[in-house]
Amino acid sequence: MALTETAALPVAPAARRARLNAFSSVGLGAAGLLAFLLIWQAVPSLSLVNPMMLPGPLAIPAAFQSELASGMWLTAVTGSLSHYTLGLVVGSALGIALGVLTGMSRVAEDLTSWVVRVLRPIPGLAWAPFAIIWFGVTPSAAVFIITISVFWIVFFAAHGAVRAVDRDLLEVADAFGFRAAHEKLFKIYLPAAMPGILVGLRTALGQAWMAVVAAEIFGVPGLGHRMIEASALLATDIVIVYMLTMAALYGLLDSLFLLLQNWLLRWKA
Amino acid sequence: MESVIDIQGLGLTFERDGRRTEVLRGLDLAIPRGAFVAIVGASGVGKSTLLRVLIGLAQASAGKVTLDTHSAQRQPVALVFQDSRLLPWRRVIDNVAFGLEGRGLSRRDRHAKALDALGIVGLAHLARRWPHQLSGGQRQRVALARALAVEPEVLLMDEPFSALDAISRESLQDELTRIWQVTGKTILFVTHDIEEATYLADRVVVLAGAPGRAVADHAIDTPRPRRRDDDADAAIVADVRRHLGSSKGAVLAEAA
Repeated sequence: MALTETAALPVAPAARRARLNAFSSVGLGAAGLLAFLLIWQAVPSLSLVNPMMLPGPLAIPAAFQSELASGMWLTAVTGSLSHYTLGLVVGSALGIALGVLTGMSRVAEDLTSWVVRVLRPIPGLAWAPFAIIWFGVTPSAAVFIITISVFWIVFFAAHGAVRAVDRDLLEVADAFGFRAAHEKLFKIYLPAAMPGILVGLRTALGQAWMAVVAAEIFGVPGLGHRMIEASALLATDIVIVYMLTMAALYGLLDSLFLLLQNWLLRWKA
Repeated sequence: MESVIDIQGLGLTFERDGRRTEVLRGLDLAIPRGAFVAIVGASGVGKSTLLRVLIGLAQASAGKVTLDTHSAQRQPVALVFQDSRLLPWRRVIDNVAFGLEGRGLSRRDRHAKALDALGIVGLAHLARRWPHQLSGGQRQRVALARALAVEPEVLLMDEPFSALDAISRESLQDELTRIWQVTGKTILFVTHDIEEATYLADRVVVLAGAPGRAVADHAIDTPRPRRRDDDADAAIVADVRRHLGSSKGAVLAEAA
């Protein structure tokens, strides 16, 4: 009897503790968020700061409603999402293509190594003058800046992932008669490098939002532009509406990407 | 007897960082069709290199290798590596079908052939699994199925069971014997395990020296099915040991 009890003991409390931990970590998270909102609301309510400088969270729903009613919110969101998506797609495609090429070919890597060293440290935003000279204050200019920001992240991720592909697996392709570069690319390099490429894409997903805001500050219609307009009118509640909108959109896209990533990498242990 | 592989004066020299290493020199070997030949030797003697030349992963520096295959097959030889080298992102069935791609077969036909090959190694029921869900022995069976799926005339095996536990190793050895008898393939089996060689093969070739060359060639006539505790080949085992320079072998040879 005593024996079965000692045998059963270590299991049950561990499971209960795990459940308790999961529950308490959700509870603590919610409590932390509530405390944050209370302090945020207290700052303007107790007149520690002028409510014009920092509106409390209770002021946000009304501001959101008015932006929604005027149609401004939807226009800004669709505008930004289209720059974001286009820049992400173009930057990722170029980054993967060039990263894989320089990863597979020593000649391509050597050929580009100095160009990369010169261009790599230039931030995407530093291209803004040329973006405006070449494209004007148009959506294309914003897409261009986002593309550059995304490109470098994905390029280095793809390059590194392809360089790290297991030589033993490439030999398997050789042993079964797949000697051509395109056969190795699709049968070995791309699938083997996929985990590393996806890590780069996920980083780019976040980085691209920063580029969106920065690019739109120059006047291309979208979330960033609408924020600047609102701040010029000291409509700080509207600025906060768009800050939270960005956080929500990023959270949504990142969750969707995570689902896609888990499906693509379902072969992993 | 008709040879499916005829190796004459094979030599191979590696060059790395300006240093030349001669791995094989003047190797002559004829493999009759349908034979089960084991190649035994210490590590670094060029056993694996020999297989790499035959599959086209390495270039010979001297000599001639003739493959006399009946059909104009795309792939008359297939190789099973020491580690299974399955592609982790492919399900078992797609790993087995790997070598069948690019031959104008439909996906359905490739899968049918792959399933047949999996059936031969007794793993058809694991077709939908991912490689990481398999045991070491199962992975090596899948690697064997992948090689069988391309229907090669010659199966090259590079210490395929050396990384397995004793129980899996013995069951795979028996399975391989059965597959050899059923399919009639020519098998060239590289190992450093003398007992494994004499248990499996009907001919054992000993590679030794630096650069490596064939120093002994024994026929194993023990009838099948064979017994592991059989000491009918004790004299051969002792002779192989002597050639490999093992002190234990030398003592055994003197006793015999």
